[in-house]
Amino acid sequence: MTINVKFFASLREKIGQAELSLDSAGLGTVQAVWDAASNNTDMPGNLLSAVNMEYVDLNHVVKDGDEVAFFPPVTGG
Amino acid sequence: MNNVIVTDKTFDPWQAIQHFQNNMQADGQFGACVSFVGTMRDFNENTDVKKMTLEYYPGMTEKYLTQIIEEAKNKWKIMDAFIVHRVGDFKPGDPIVLVATWSAHRAEAYDANRYLIEELKLRAPFWKKETLKEGTRWVEHNTPA
Repeated sequence: MTINVKFFASLREKIGQAELSLDSAGLGTVQAVWDAASNNTDMPGNLLSAVNMEYVDLNHVVKDGDEVAFFPPVTGG
Repeated sequence: MNNVIVTDKTFDPWQAIQHFQNNMQADGQFGACVSFVGTMRDFNENTDVKKMTLEYYPGMTEKYLTQIIEEAKNKWKIMDAFIVHRVGDFKPGDPIVLVATWSAHRAEAYDANRYLIEELKLRAPFWKKETLKEGTRWVEHNTPA
């Protein structure tokens, strides 16, 4: 019963971790996943989040086995 | 041939276009090919940049690049599209991105190409980190077109 959480780029460095697993019990939304995984880091205003590689907002409800990713604005191209 | 390539190796965009085009099913049907090649500058926001590191989200990045190609194919009558994007460490002058589009007439290939590069910059999960004379910095936003 786990949720896999990933952080990328400047957020990965800020939180000091690229990836972790959380017990999915009691984790309702992406916001709750952030609160549990982010090590008390202030949430950046421009934070982007994805569940199973699809962009979602913070109210998205997660389920067991989901991969949740947090990252800053993208700068490719 | 795969429409999307994310690579940590230096690539030659012109050879990549030629190779893709040689393998296209639509060979003989297109009258126009438009290409955009983005290259690393040695300056950004008034500072010299020595090196660039590009991070991505394996899986999601390819998924979004494939998705925007499908969107472009639905919006315009293009025969095919091809995106190559560099990741890892590279230096000024190296190609970062290639977007190529093929259509019967030029308008569709131009419009679809512009759509692809703008959507890539907006949605594809890539992050640039620059190495300057003193230290490193993450690029926080893309420069306007």
